[in-house]
Amino acid sequence: MRNLVSAISGGLFGLGLLISGMTDTAKVQGWLDLFGQWDPTLAFVLGGAILPMLLAWRIAARRKVSATGDAFPALPEPLIDGRLLTGSALFGAGWALAGFCPGPAIASVTWGGLGGGVFLIAMIGGMVLSTAVGKRRLAAA
Amino acid sequence: MSLSSIPSDWIFGLAGGLLIGLSAAILLLGNARILGASGILGSIVEGSEPDATTERLWFLGALIGVPGFAVLIFGAPETSVSGDLPLLVLAGVLVGLGTRLANGCTSGHGVCGMSRFSWRSIVSTLDYLAVGFVVMFVTRHILGVL
Repeated sequence: MRNLVSAISGGLFGLGLLISGMTDTAKVQGWLDLFGQWDPTLAFVLGGAILPMLLAWRIAARRKVSATGDAFPALPEPLIDGRLLTGSALFGAGWALAGFCPGPAIASVTWGGLGGGVFLIAMIGGMVLSTAVGKRRLAAA
Repeated sequence: MSLSSIPSDWIFGLAGGLLIGLSAAILLLGNARILGASGILGSIVEGSEPDATTERLWFLGALIGVPGFAVLIFGAPETSVSGDLPLLVLAGVLVGLGTRLANGCTSGHGVCGMSRFSWRSIVSTLDYLAVGFVVMFVTRHILGVL
């Protein structure tokens, strides 16, 4: 059941990324080009994606557990630390340079060519690197 | 303003966005999981949550397979990926490292977190958007690359 739900969600997510234009890096970079030829499409993507989730969170608050009987994830403490700020900034820089964020980079790997594959492998490398940064921080603390 | 004067890209963006939100709602209400692409891939790569690995592999399989199948039938859309491989390596490392340090990306923080008014997600989203705007301005309009 959990696997089926995951597969349905992943498939719809991929179709949504494809239809919305999020897998076209030029379109994403056009959205980030606020001071040039700005392309507002991503505002519609983000707005459209947030609408069903506003409803979903309201349903979750009422039902307490999911269809598979698990408690919903708790709202994280509003901890704004250097890790959150630095990480988000690094992500923003990489997002602008390539026009890919993680979802579209994964979804488009079958048609993204050599460049798409290189980006995905480098992104996985960056994820591995993050564990080393985390360990160093733990050792320092 | 008539309906036909609305750019079709905006309508496709909204339709695709609604599908993205629906997929996140299904994962939340079905499995009590946050749909975050960087967390789903990252936790598998790092082996940090072995109990969730199987369902996450199903997610990733469908995330690659379903649009891949659609592309087989309808043809591949433009990805416009840069041919500058060193630039892609740098960008990929920044995205992978950054999203894991921040514990989320466009889907986890931008869609799932913002829609529940999580402060961490709101701050993260404003942060990566602001840096994205600045880096795009500097690289495209000052340095003349991209």
